[in-house]
Amino acid sequence: MWPRGERLATRLLHADPARDTLVDRRFGDLPELLRAGDLLVLNDAATLPASLRGLSRLGPVEVRLAARAEGGRHWTAVLFGAGSWRQRTEDRALPPLLAPGERLQLGVGLEAEITDVSPVSARLVGLRLEADGERLWPALYRAGRPIQYSHLCGPLALWDVQTPYAARPWAVEMPSAGRALTLALLDAAAARGVAHAFVTHAAGLSSSGDAAIDQMLPLPERYEIPEPTRAAVQRVRDHGGRVVAVGTSVVRALESSAQRHGGRIAAERAQAELVIDRDSRPRVVDGLLSGIHETGTSHRRLLEAFAAPALLDRAFAHAEERGYLGHEFGDLSLTLASAH
Amino acid sequence: MRVRGSAALITGGSRGLGRALGAELARRGARVVLVARNGEALRRTVEEIRRAGGEAHALVADVGEKDAIYPLVGAVTALAGPIDLLVHNASVLGPVPLLPLADTDCEALQQVLDVNLVGPFRLTQAIVGSMAIRGAGLVLSISSDAAINGYPGWGAYGVSKAGLDHLIRTWAAEVPAVRFASIDPGEMDTDMHADAMPDADRSTLRDPQEVARWIADWLERAEDTPSGARVEAALEVHA
Repeated sequence: MWPRGERLATRLLHADPARDTLVDRRFGDLPELLRAGDLLVLNDAATLPASLRGLSRLGPVEVRLAARAEGGRHWTAVLFGAGSWRQRTEDRALPPLLAPGERLQLGVGLEAEITDVSPVSARLVGLRLEADGERLWPALYRAGRPIQYSHLCGPLALWDVQTPYAARPWAVEMPSAGRALTLALLDAAAARGVAHAFVTHAAGLSSSGDAAIDQMLPLPERYEIPEPTRAAVQRVRDHGGRVVAVGTSVVRALESSAQRHGGRIAAERAQAELVIDRDSRPRVVDGLLSGIHETGTSHRRLLEAFAAPALLDRAFAHAEERGYLGHEFGDLSLTLASAH
Repeated sequence: MRVRGSAALITGGSRGLGRALGAELARRGARVVLVARNGEALRRTVEEIRRAGGEAHALVADVGEKDAIYPLVGAVTALAGPIDLLVHNASVLGPVPLLPLADTDCEALQQVLDVNLVGPFRLTQAIVGSMAIRGAGLVLSISSDAAINGYPGWGAYGVSKAGLDHLIRTWAAEVPAVRFASIDPGEMDTDMHADAMPDADRSTLRDPQEVARWIADWLERAEDTPSGARVEAALEVHA
């Protein structure tokens, strides 16, 4: 499959947890599914070329950057062995075992050193990139490519993985629920009284092909909530409007902040540690736009905080039966009580 | 807009007006990222700005290349934060000495359009959304008298600048949350001008530093100009 070219024609499965219903829509219908006073919250993180070919003393590896420590040269990364994006991640060869101190050449002008190896999996490592600032970023963009998906029929270019409002490159995989949003659609929503605000959230790896690592996902991710967004969320909640997150990363940022501050979000730069699942009671977010996710994924676990597993199971079966495109870059779902 | 504390991306920043504007904005407290094809000249410019106490970063890229745009935007925002001011200053004349259209290869026209028109379109597209959701931001293109008048030999360049002015007008009509403008800086004493008109009397040409100061002053009161407007700097400087 390939992402739909006409963004507004992306299919949208509206799951209403209050009425326990499913309705087939198109993404262009989104403004009609919201009501005046609602707030769309976007993740404006741009997507990094987080997949790097590395050469180690013990052979070639693919390095997938997973998260960057605040302001530093230290990253968390997952290593993959020989093979290509055309294979499912779980079918890829194992990478060589790299101990702390091993060095990697990641391309012209970009070297890295393994700083630590996770006890959970030898493929989950700490990495120090030996460049900074003006030397780091051009080298990273030269050497890296966007993380690829074996269910797509071709490789994704850097422009394929950017939302139309992307700014700082913090995400290692695209905050893809925003992929279909256009400025015109945001204007159409605004004309109906639906405002928008944004957070920056370093969306991490969606899967690693390693069961032990996948159990740990999502890893801690840094986020930033600007003051206008804090104020907008508070205003909407005070006036009975709903906060609709565009993507699971936005849910994670807002709910992590709410958890840290007794139910209200703060303007802050912090680390999201919170894992959201069926036992979570969202304090700020009322619903979300997301992909079509199957049982067992971290995205699906998060959706269970907003809708009963039975409805989500039905939604997934319905999407399969009606030919929705699944996985990253596929069609979308809206999990939100109906507007009227 | 408020220049102090803003993040400014200036293309064609290694020499001429781009270099002077980079220095002027950095002096006024902007975080400046300069882009050019010539890394050596660019790094010298950035070093000068830093020695004067300003914040500046150098990124080598050719804005006429499609593949260069997203890596450039990613690196700029990683270094300076979300972009508040985008200045499309880079441009090429095409082959010099300037040739009449009848003698201009279509490949030469294409190359001028790639750098002066399509590049700025791509760069604006990659940045304008982040400005729009912030409800702020300014996109400025450097225009020319040749965008208005048809001068012999200036066809390819003039067409590209006329197109760039019209892009600015159309962006302004489509994205009201962001401010757009074209500035015609007048004839300046730059390498580009010398390439185009080697016999010009340099004493009649404007100093790029003076124009840069005028543009920086204009930026501070950009809200007074309707978005999408074409502004003639030279006339107001002489007034």
